[in-house]
Amino acid sequence: MAGEAVFRQEFPVKGGDFAKAGAVACRIKDLLKELGLDTPVVRRAAIASYEAEMNVIMYAWEGRVKLAVSPSEVRITVDDKGPGIPDVDLAMTEGYSTATAEMRELGFGAGMGLPNIRKNADAFRIDSRVGRGTHLEITIHANGHKS
Amino acid sequence: MITLKDVMTWVNGELLTPESPLGLECPKIFASDLMSDVLTSAEPGSFLLTGLANPHVISTCSVADVAAVVFVQGKRPDANVVEQARAKNLPLIATKLPMFEACSRIAALFGEKVHGR
Repeated sequence: MAGEAVFRQEFPVKGGDFAKAGAVACRIKDLLKELGLDTPVVRRAAIASYEAEMNVIMYAWEGRVKLAVSPSEVRITVDDKGPGIPDVDLAMTEGYSTATAEMRELGFGAGMGLPNIRKNADAFRIDSRVGRGTHLEITIHANGHKS
Repeated sequence: MITLKDVMTWVNGELLTPESPLGLECPKIFASDLMSDVLTSAEPGSFLLTGLANPHVISTCSVADVAAVVFVQGKRPDANVVEQARAKNLPLIATKLPMFEACSRIAALFGEKVHGR
């Protein structure tokens, strides 16, 4: 990452644990606020984290969210063990979803998760292997205001 | 300026978080049952109108900087959800009005107080 990370923390996420959904994103939001980052940056990082956390809960068996903050950027890395995504380009299409009825009843699974992560990130990388899992790297500039 | 109290009055709502500041400004309304839509499109500071009353609504609002929630159609979150909202200083209102009627009334409120119609 650009500049040395001055803050790092790691959070486990359990697949299927809907009761705790949002706990990691809310914690990340609180930490970034405490670190004094700008409100729009904190919001974008929280939204991207939440979408990623929900994806692990909805689709994977387990995962880890890693937060690294340097003076110039926020980096959120998510690694999950899960079924992976057979067609990443298709999964990045707004509205494409493989969510179950249960997920939709909770208000999620509209096929906006990955596109919304990309929208909130200044840089976004996704790498997925079928049968193994998915790796996300989300970078948000600490002093930038994305339109 | 439209406040939490104005919104509550115009939808015949009940404040589920009595300690919430009634003077809280309501700059915008976003109406949806899809939390995915809230995360993609709700502007910070908006009030959310929704028929969904589960804990994910509170987490979503917290993450997306939604300022208050109006539960429509007689939906009421359970005590745990209300407690979660109070911990996050998120005001909650419940109304028996259906979504369209609640939106219509608040649109009229904005028309009268903001646009002078």
